[in-house]
Amino acid sequence: MKDKSLVSITDFSKEEILRIVELAAEFEANPNQKLLDGKVVSSLFFEPSTRTRLSFETAINRLGGGIIGFTDSSSSSTSKGESLNDTIKMVSNYSDLIVMRHPLEGSARYASEVSDVPVINAGDGANQHPTQTLLDMYSIYKTQGTLDNLNIFLVGDLKYGRTVHSLMMAMSQFNPTFNFISPDSLKMPDEYKLFLDKQGIKYYEHHEFTDIIEEADILYMTRVQRERFSDPIEYEKVKNVYVLRNAMLDNTKDNLRILHPLPRVNEIHTDVDANPKAYYFEQAENGVYARMAIMASILGVK
Amino acid sequence: MTKKELSVRAIKNGTVIDHIPATHLFKVISILGLDKSKNQITFGTNLKSKQQGHKAIIKVAKKFFADDEINKIALVAPSAKLNIIEDYQVVDKKTVTIPEQIVGIAKCFNPKCITNNEEMVTKFSLVEPEPLALKCQYCEKITNEEHLEVL
Repeated sequence: MKDKSLVSITDFSKEEILRIVELAAEFEANPNQKLLDGKVVSSLFFEPSTRTRLSFETAINRLGGGIIGFTDSSSSSTSKGESLNDTIKMVSNYSDLIVMRHPLEGSARYASEVSDVPVINAGDGANQHPTQTLLDMYSIYKTQGTLDNLNIFLVGDLKYGRTVHSLMMAMSQFNPTFNFISPDSLKMPDEYKLFLDKQGIKYYEHHEFTDIIEEADILYMTRVQRERFSDPIEYEKVKNVYVLRNAMLDNTKDNLRILHPLPRVNEIHTDVDANPKAYYFEQAENGVYARMAIMASILGVK
Repeated sequence: MTKKELSVRAIKNGTVIDHIPATHLFKVISILGLDKSKNQITFGTNLKSKQQGHKAIIKVAKKFFADDEINKIALVAPSAKLNIIEDYQVVDKKTVTIPEQIVGIAKCFNPKCITNNEEMVTKFSLVEPEPLALKCQYCEKITNEEHLEVL
């Protein structure tokens, strides 16, 4: 995968995903490797995203690479009306790799066509966020010891949540069973269910967030966002239905781990945080190792 | 049977593109770059057609289109029929099919797509010809017939 851009999770094959997961484990065991000594990475955040940016910048620092860039578009020449094409052409002359977050969908694919150096998509609007998917997969692998044959529960906003869609597509290569729990207005779109049907993957849809989670290996929680609802009454009805509380975890499997892309609002009660099955903060830390693995692979130093 | 008078004069050699929806004549001209062509071109529009109501026709002298060139008009004129003319005789007939890759013809319906915010060429892959579904290669959203806008 040397010199290959990572724009969409489907750009990486099953073998490449497994390679990233194994490399992430290596970096976690030995995080300070100066493999990017002498390399410059551009960190272009056309919209602010503190968590993703800090995770990437930590990963670059641990690998000994240099960072140039900006943290929102008001401090870049975009505010002067420069096109994305021109910004990317200029920056690709300065650096060995571009990490980019942009509010417009498809911007990362376009940047990868314009750029002379590989581009890593750190989120393009509501479209793709593949490094989130790879860190989720590393978290699953690390906690379950495998990616194969797992029972994965996805809870909350399954309609607009890009993280659940990408995770579902990528995990589909490892023979999972999916359980979708959401209000009717936010259920998994038909195009994804059609994809699962074609792959022959089992999935079940539920409205109730109850003891069915006793079967789960992974419980992936997402935020139900107020702005997704045109009818505020509809939001009020569902906002407190999909909340995970510690008492609900009593009869769940020992290997169950709870994931969440963060930030959370109220969908995981704080009384869950102390439960050893809560994994969302470690998951965020895993993002650093996953991103080290992705950058080292693309730059061909691992 | 007496021979009908032709609305658009016959050509000796070249291509006749018939059954173009009258509303899309100038789009077809633009997609094929005929507005920049040095060939002799005659056309008629708002002609009566049994199948379409009003159709347009273009006759391009001394021009024979490659399939991938002519297929570009399939999005705006799916019912177009081509007659290949040699020495005033029809020697071949062709129809058009929507290509797998559609470059620079359609507009993505997603207002948040980069293609609607940056000066650049749009690219789609054909998901379904009927009913039409095109997938934007940038934002990955599907544009269907109802939302299709030709640039």
